[in-house]
Amino acid sequence: MTLTLAEVEHIAQLARLHLSEEEKIRFREQLSAILDYAARLQQVDTRDIPPTSSVLPPRSRLREDEPRPALPQQVILANAPFPYQGYFRVPPVLE
Amino acid sequence: MDDRLTLTVRQALQSLQNGSLSSEELTRACIEQIERLESKIHAFITLTAEKALEDARRADARRIAAHRHPDETLPSLLGLPIAVKDLLTVAGVRCTCGSRILENYVPPFTATAVQRLVDAGVVIVGKTNTDEFAMGSSTENSAYGATFNPWDTGRVPGGSSGGSAAAVAARMVPAALGTDTGGSVRQPAAFCGVTGIKPTYGRVSRYGLVAYGSSLDTAGVLAHSAEDAAILFWPMAGFDPLDATTVEQPPSVWHTPESETLKGLRIGVPKEYFLPGMQPEVEEKVRAAIRMLAELGGEVHEISLPHTEYALPVYYLIAPAEASANLARYDGVRFGYRASADTLGELFNLSRSRGFGAEVKRRIMLGTYALSAGYYEAYYGQAQKVRTLIRRDFEEAFQQVDIIATPVTPTTAFRVGEHRDDPLAMYLEDVFTLPTNLAGVPGLAFPVGFDRQGLPVGMQIMASHFREDLLFSVAYHYQQHTDWHRRLPPLL
Repeated sequence: MTLTLAEVEHIAQLARLHLSEEEKIRFREQLSAILDYAARLQQVDTRDIPPTSSVLPPRSRLREDEPRPALPQQVILANAPFPYQGYFRVPPVLE
Repeated sequence: MDDRLTLTVRQALQSLQNGSLSSEELTRACIEQIERLESKIHAFITLTAEKALEDARRADARRIAAHRHPDETLPSLLGLPIAVKDLLTVAGVRCTCGSRILENYVPPFTATAVQRLVDAGVVIVGKTNTDEFAMGSSTENSAYGATFNPWDTGRVPGGSSGGSAAAVAARMVPAALGTDTGGSVRQPAAFCGVTGIKPTYGRVSRYGLVAYGSSLDTAGVLAHSAEDAAILFWPMAGFDPLDATTVEQPPSVWHTPESETLKGLRIGVPKEYFLPGMQPEVEEKVRAAIRMLAELGGEVHEISLPHTEYALPVYYLIAPAEASANLARYDGVRFGYRASADTLGELFNLSRSRGFGAEVKRRIMLGTYALSAGYYEAYYGQAQKVRTLIRRDFEEAFQQVDIIATPVTPTTAFRVGEHRDDPLAMYLEDVFTLPTNLAGVPGLAFPVGFDRQGLPVGMQIMASHFREDLLFSVAYHYQQHTDWHRRLPPLL
């Protein structure tokens, strides 16, 4: 199968990636080749086979519900690229 | 070469204990070896030499103080220098994950696997190079430049834990931590001629292991021998309240085997792991190693893991799908690289596009597609069902045999740039290591010879869930009778 350029653009938008024209063409080819390879999975009969949700038997061990100190605000904001008075600052969302 | 650099972990710990070597001397020897070879190997992204020497002096002082208090038990690894893959966090030390998007990220917390070793006394000399977010099989996909194989610097060290494997092979450190999502400890261990353990999923905490494929990610150890890997491995393992997928297992601390033989050990050799296209010398050396295990008392059985051929497509749908969700957190707002933009949407799109490299974008795209409306069932859903069949293959095999022995890779280390424009060819490098991650079982890679070009050949052994002890014992026996694991790259 070959992805269309429009499909590549749609996936990029879902993934929040801005692709150059060159990247779109390259990813179109490469992703199509990988998906072609993956198509062999369609041959496998998986009727009545449950999907794997966990490789180990599920357990339900819950931790005690005890309040614990969290990291201080200034420690968290130390890695923020654009902090502002204790907030994460972003461009305007609404005009 | 400096004798202190060829010490095994066990020997180094003995020397530290009996006072014939200080942690400061050993740590300094490691740092000097890094300085001597780093321009050729490029194993590290961040060196923490000064902090390491400080920690080493503190370890030495503690050991000396303990002489006055004979009742005090010292931590088991006190003063041992190690390196940590730059995908596991160390509080206060920048963690890049090989990505430009985390170039300036300094985590405020330490990964549990690392913390447990720090509590056991290790000294961290630096953070090693990795393919960006562990996505790669060559350590070429790093925003900080490629790592080169100490056995031949024109070749890759494997990946994604290529920095850790190369650092151990070049005797820069006696051991290093890596992570393994599809072979990222075992494949570089094989390419660099060292021993690497990928634990059972759930055995070692993933807290502080930067997420790639959460149902597959594990943290492991690379070292010179199975014994050395085991010494570091057990203190890392066990339930962690910060990772709900970790499991409390009965204390299965590994002891050096007392028995001289592998009598009664049932070794399965799956026919699906010996492919017509593989390098003949790899098959030759691995079969010779299996014969040696038989001479040591093992019984060899031909077995079948019939769904092996589907492991690669299953992996390359599931891992990218999980990655596309995990990497959604890099948005330029809370931490990491931020592009300047006029709107929030543009901020996300531009920060991610400039911050991520090509392979990361490719996998995010692939995963997003596999999870998107209309394709979910056909791709992701079907992959998770075939994964069940792959798990069942292992469950059935381990009814008949104790371990499974295979090559780690179809070839020895390939040339730098060889797979640059062909992602599928790169993915095929992982064909023998992916199934263990899909099934959650442990795997161990160790050297079993060299090809005609002098490049190491690795063998992989796998066991059922939580039987790492068996893997360590089998490789330990093999290494008692061989010296592949003690050979030094000609560069040294």
